[in-house]
Amino acid sequence: MTPTPAPRNGSGGRPEVELDRVPTPAADVLVRGARLLDPRADLDGKADLLVRHGRIAEIGDGLEPPEGAEVIEARGLHAFPAFVDPHVHLRTPGREDEEDIDSGTRAAAAGGFCAILAQPNTEPAVDTAPVLRSLRERARAEARIPTGFLGAITVGRRGERLTEMAELAAVGAVGFTDDGSPVEPAGVLRQALQYQRLAGRPLALHAEDPSLSGAGVMHEGAMSALLGLTGIPSVSESTMVARDCALAAYEEGRIHVQHVSARETVEVIERARAAGTRVTCEATPHHLLLTDEAVRSLDTNMKMNPPLRAEADRQALIEGLRLGTIDCVATDHAPHSREEKEEPFELAPMGVTGLETAFAALFTWLVLPGVIDLRLLVARMTAGGEPFGIAAPALTPGLPANVCLVDLDAEWDVGEAGYESRSANCAFDGRRLSGRVRMTIADGAVAYRERSFALGAVA
Amino acid sequence: MRRHVLSVDDLSREDIERILGRAESFAEVSGREIKKVPTLRGRTVINLFYEASTRTSSSFELAAKRLSADLVSVKSSGSAVEKGESLKDTVQTLSAYDPAAIVIRSPQAGAAALVARWTRASVINAGDGKHEHPTQALLDLYTLKRRAGSLDGLRLWIVGDVLHSRVARSNILAFSRMGCEVTVCGPPTLIPREIEALGCRVRYTLDELGDADAVYALRMQRERMTGSFVPSLREYAAQYQIDGRRLGPGQLLMHPGPVNRGVELAAEVIDSPQALITEQVESGVVVRMAVLYELLAGGGAPSGVRTPAETGEPQPA
Repeated sequence: MTPTPAPRNGSGGRPEVELDRVPTPAADVLVRGARLLDPRADLDGKADLLVRHGRIAEIGDGLEPPEGAEVIEARGLHAFPAFVDPHVHLRTPGREDEEDIDSGTRAAAAGGFCAILAQPNTEPAVDTAPVLRSLRERARAEARIPTGFLGAITVGRRGERLTEMAELAAVGAVGFTDDGSPVEPAGVLRQALQYQRLAGRPLALHAEDPSLSGAGVMHEGAMSALLGLTGIPSVSESTMVARDCALAAYEEGRIHVQHVSARETVEVIERARAAGTRVTCEATPHHLLLTDEAVRSLDTNMKMNPPLRAEADRQALIEGLRLGTIDCVATDHAPHSREEKEEPFELAPMGVTGLETAFAALFTWLVLPGVIDLRLLVARMTAGGEPFGIAAPALTPGLPANVCLVDLDAEWDVGEAGYESRSANCAFDGRRLSGRVRMTIADGAVAYRERSFALGAVA
Repeated sequence: MRRHVLSVDDLSREDIERILGRAESFAEVSGREIKKVPTLRGRTVINLFYEASTRTSSSFELAAKRLSADLVSVKSSGSAVEKGESLKDTVQTLSAYDPAAIVIRSPQAGAAALVARWTRASVINAGDGKHEHPTQALLDLYTLKRRAGSLDGLRLWIVGDVLHSRVARSNILAFSRMGCEVTVCGPPTLIPREIEALGCRVRYTLDELGDADAVYALRMQRERMTGSFVPSLREYAAQYQIDGRRLGPGQLLMHPGPVNRGVELAAEVIDSPQALITEQVESGVVVRMAVLYELLAGGGAPSGVRTPAETGEPQPA
């Protein structure tokens, strides 16, 4: 009898995940009278919340502001643990005309996020330690909220040769991904999973079989038949996820499946998990809220990869979110320039922005109609760092303050006042949403305050 | 009728009947020695072609000229497009000439709809990628109606590469709207999944071709061979070529042109009296005259003025 081996791919021995941002003074803030909601702390009720020196100091009734603290009258507002987005494209380096670290993190803070993870599909790709080091340095000069960076799995994201993952991990890669492309040869992904025993850190996988997705530009189904557009079948994703899960199980590795879009994929992940595979996954607001019906207009803001799928897929994602098969919401915020998105549908690049609308869109179309409850939404929006070893923020005394204040009754038209992001290719552009983030405190510092949100009195 | 013809979906059955009726009256004009009418004198029509075309571009040119419109033809080669000008900039530039209509052919689906957002002119889709080719569908309806007398209850088989065919898509929509029963038939690799949603049946063999009143063969593009959609032209022809053996004596034959002789059609059927292929080309001019007429002169709305109903904006209650 051989003893059952312990899982081989731990991050044991590795330092804590490091995120970077501009040095910002720690906040002293008393939030008065908001309804505090934190599913993890099992907190749901009206109370005052005191932040001192950037940490949650006290939660209770009738708290008095210490000297110098800002007092925020938050009656009528909700206070949640702020959100974490594991999937953001900051377009830096290379396409700073579309987004940079400053604008991208400002957009995130405006959406209630207190931490984000940036994808490495930049120009050049984040596939060497010097690129990662310089990015982290820029984040320390520009990032409004703590920002982490993933490194590429393969050099140039070409799916051929592993990057120096151990060195990348040593200089702070939060995880590895070739996002935008799959790791196409199974043998290369297997090597990456083996190498994970040395480098630690999860592999985040963009699952797509290029021999099935081909030149596709939208979901394959009745709508693609009508529009005469080449389809991307659901099995392009689900067969790749099945392969990835099988490899992860065999190598006892840890994988995170990015932007799940198809019903079949949810089923594959459910089965793999039941069999003990260490796989987590995310879904985006646009896949949870829109279907290929939205492509009928050929609006290029409805073009992204993976594509908007059918209603049955959307329902499966919602059910996955409910049951926890889908661990977290990720925006896959993907800024593109206006001139590129003004091309005909087939030529326009794939991707939509979503940091500023994620919470409000999901609240408006899933929580308000009673499809899911608010606690579940907050739980899934705060869980984005967990697959990468970043604890979900909580409204617990003693912890760093990561809080967003939201007015659930406020209605607003997306894009009416522009965007914090440099790009405007938002899937929800022009839609009316409920729920407006008024203020975000990220890791103990005020990161965002809505312009119209009255400054609190200083005690 | 709407302001643009971007898709067959923009046309109601009544719109289609009005266009076909108008085309009949222009056919009478085409029989005269002087084939011109003054209807669009002083108005400008722009032909904007981003893709090679013989039939469609020349018939739109003739149609505009026979209606006395001023015509500008812009092709992608030899224009600013070649220098990298975007579609939007080209359209805005051409719109500065205040055209009444822009006719656009593009290799990209949705190009015509985009153009319609950037101009005050009426936009006619002359083929956008694999999406639609609505005026081809109109001239096909017109041609078949003239020969068959009525379209109602007619059984039409569309045979060939449906996947890559804008003509197939527009014709499925148009013929089923006019009361025909449409069947599409071709290699399973060239029939889009869920195409039934457009209102047709699907067959993968020609076994039941005898049921058809009319057979519409699609052009089999040689470049599709490289994508391994079919193993060889030889196998394709063996399975799907319309020849004298497969085409029954009472069945009519159509094709959008240009024909690959010996691939989708055998020589004997192309030259048979059952073939309407030349009539389709003839119909192209009068049907496009009718479309221009109905868009620019038929409704009575002055050019450049949109009513709320046309722009789809909400109207005050």
